[in-house]
Order: sequence, then C-alpha cells, then structure tokens
Amino acid sequence: MSSNREIENLIELMAKLPGLGPRSARRAVLHLIRKRALLLTPLADAMQEVAATARECLNCGNVGTGDVCDICTSEKRATGELCVVEDVADLWAMERSGVFKGRYHVLGGTLSALDAVGPDSLRIPRLIDRIASEHITEVILALNATVEGQTTAHYIADQLEGQVRLTSLAQGVPIGGELDYLDDGTISAALRARKEF
Amino acid sequence: MEWRDHGILLSLRRHGEAAAIIDVFTESHGRHAGVVPGGASRKQAPVLQPGAQLDLIWRARLEDHIGTYRAEPLRSRAAAALSGRLALAGLNAVTALLSFALAEREVHGALYRRSEQLLDLLGQDEIWPLAYLNWEMALLEELGFGLDLSQCAATGVNDELIYVSPRSGRAVSRHGAGDWADRMLPLPPCLRGDGPAPDAEIAEGLRTTGYFLQHRLAPALGHTPLPEARARFVDQFTRRI
Repeated sequence: MSSNREIENLIELMAKLPGLGPRSARRAVLHLIRKRALLLTPLADAMQEVAATARECLNCGNVGTGDVCDICTSEKRATGELCVVEDVADLWAMERSGVFKGRYHVLGGTLSALDAVGPDSLRIPRLIDRIASEHITEVILALNATVEGQTTAHYIADQLEGQVRLTSLAQGVPIGGELDYLDDGTISAALRARKEF
Repeated sequence: MEWRDHGILLSLRRHGEAAAIIDVFTESHGRHAGVVPGGASRKQAPVLQPGAQLDLIWRARLEDHIGTYRAEPLRSRAAAALSGRLALAGLNAVTALLSFALAEREVHGALYRRSEQLLDLLGQDEIWPLAYLNWEMALLEELGFGLDLSQCAATGVNDELIYVSPRSGRAVSRHGAGDWADRMLPLPPCLRGDGPAPDAEIAEGLRTTGYFLQHRLAPALGHTPLPEARARFVDQFTRRI
C-alpha cells in the first residue's frame, strides 16, 4: 500500500480511465514508478504536451494539434468523399483500415430524445455547410448499426436528399465471424445484403 | 424480491463502464427499470436495442430498489427496423411514446399486448401505419383519454360522422357540426375501423390522435412536450403520400 499523497492522487486519476479500476490503476502506477526513466517521465512529458496542444478540428471535429487537422488540410484527401462518423474513435477505426482516402465529419454523438440531443447539439449544420464549400459528391454514413445511430443516419439523409450521393456502410457477417454465434438481426441483415458469388 | 416476465425494451442508458440501466415495458409489471450488469458490453449490444422482446428476471433486495435484470433475447426487432426509414421512425415513436406516457410500475396488460403485436408488424410498411394509428387510439383509451366515436355528440345520430370534437373527444356528424365545422378535427372512416384506409385518411387520423396526445395526455403528465420521435414518424409517413 502506498503512503504518499501524490502517488495516491495519481492512482485515483488513473482509476478513472476507461478499462481501469482502483486495483489495475495501482498496478499501472507501480509499473510506471519502477520504469521511471523508460516510461514515467516520457509519459508525463507526452501528456503535458498533448494537454497543451490537443484540440478539436474546427472543420471536421477530429482531434489534432492544430485548429484544422491533418486530414482536412491534406489536398490528397479532397476526393469529394466525406465519411460521417459518430465519434473520433470511429474516425480512428476507419483510418486504421487505411482504405478510405477521403475526408471525415465527426458528429460528436447521435440523436437521442432520452438525453435531449437534437440536431443542433451535433455538428449537422456544419456538415451541411461543408457539402457546398468542399464540393462534396458523396457522403458515406458510417454510423453505428444501432437504433440511435441509424435514426441519426436517416435524419442526415433527409437533410441532404437530392444534394449529394448518399451511401452507408454494409451490414453483415464480420471477418472471422461464425454464423452460429451471430445474433438473428445480423444474420437477417446479411441475408438481405447478399451478393452474387 | 424476484419475478420473471416478458418485456419490450424501451430505452437503455450506460451505467458506469460496463453496466446499463434499461427501461422495459413488461406485461405484468408495467414500465420497469433495472440495471443489467454487463449491459453496455459489445456482446449485449445487439440484444439490448430498443424494441427488443426480452425474457426478464428481475431481482432486488427490496421492492423499491431499482434491482438488476437478467435479460435473454426472445425476438430482435432492430434488424427489421433498421432496414427502412418508416419502420425505424415507427419504432422510435412507439418506444418514445410508451416511455413518455406510462407511469413506472403501473400495469397495462392490454396495452402491452397491443404494443407487442404492433412491433411484430415492423417492416411491413403497407399495413404498419394503420396498425400504429389504432395503437395510438388504444394508448389514449388505456390512459383515460379515449375517443367516443360511436355517435354524434350533438345530434345522437351515427351516420355521416366526419368530425371529432376537440373539446369532448366525441364524434360529430356533418349536420351536427354546423358553423363549428372549421374548428373540428377530422374523423376519417379508418379511425372507426371502416373502409380500406388509404394513407391520406391515416394521416388525418394521426392529426386527430396527435391533437389529443398533445392537448389532453401531455398536460396531464405535466405539460411536457410530446416526444419528437412521433413528429418524425408522422413526417416520414406523410412524405410517402
């Protein structure tokens, strides 16, 4: 058990991180202290730097270190395709795949009557502005396959109808997925979206 | 305390990192909330979508406690709903209105069965709007704001009933309305269960039920505005006319 107030404070803060609880935070802090030069100091420096520079991109809502993120400033990504995602984590997931070469728009959530999240609480007005100003030809609605995610997708589709080509991500069997373990909703969606083999 | 029941999932909120608090409309225990440990996990996400039919076991130390649920899926309706705009808007309207209108832990067995039947029709866009209109009538009836469409409130006749009085919720005939006709709400035949129910008539019916939801039910619940999901459903439906 640590007896130092600063260390206890660090443990308490670490325990608030997703995936960590008090015990795992304590283990992580102990590990950091043991690897002071290798981990603790560089981590502290990196966190300080990010705290000073990280901000939301004014254009798309991505997180970067400038007012406008690298994706929005890159000329190579001005393909006319705009991928709409719910959250920055979704944008990063899309980027991990390395397949999409266009730009993104992060909504910052989904419409939710329960949580009083309306269209104005999301970045939907900004999305509509971008369609014209960035000469967008296709909007890819990459929102979660949940009731709230698809409600938001349909709302955006209604707003943009006739202005631009609208597409959405396919739904179906994931890579490595076994039919036996899939829920019936996924199986029926996959069956509806079947293609020539 | 422990009970087992069937229920329709109305909404879900994350609770902490892995748990969720769900609001369920059950047959024998009414609208009832509870915690689902692990309910926010990826494994549970497809099961715990609004509209899902669940087999539920609720446990708590005292009846007043929120308690915990063990939820097993019986039928998922999300796939049917996600396939179309109207179906999705309809699902949202039903779950939002039930959350809005029903008091917690107040039993409404008949309305539960109507709701279950209605949600089982999701995806059948040709018949769903009429089923939804009838469900709204049943909702008003169940909560004490039912419309009396059997005879004219002014003359007592039961032919040419084409209006509903916004004051009394009773049918009014063409003759009985007289100079007040422009203040009356429409009474399309489908609202009385007559005729083939074309979309335009259903839309008129929704205008009438919407009036009573807005001006009778909502004030009784503390003047809270009707859930926007209903307006979105009506908007989606009227677009196809």
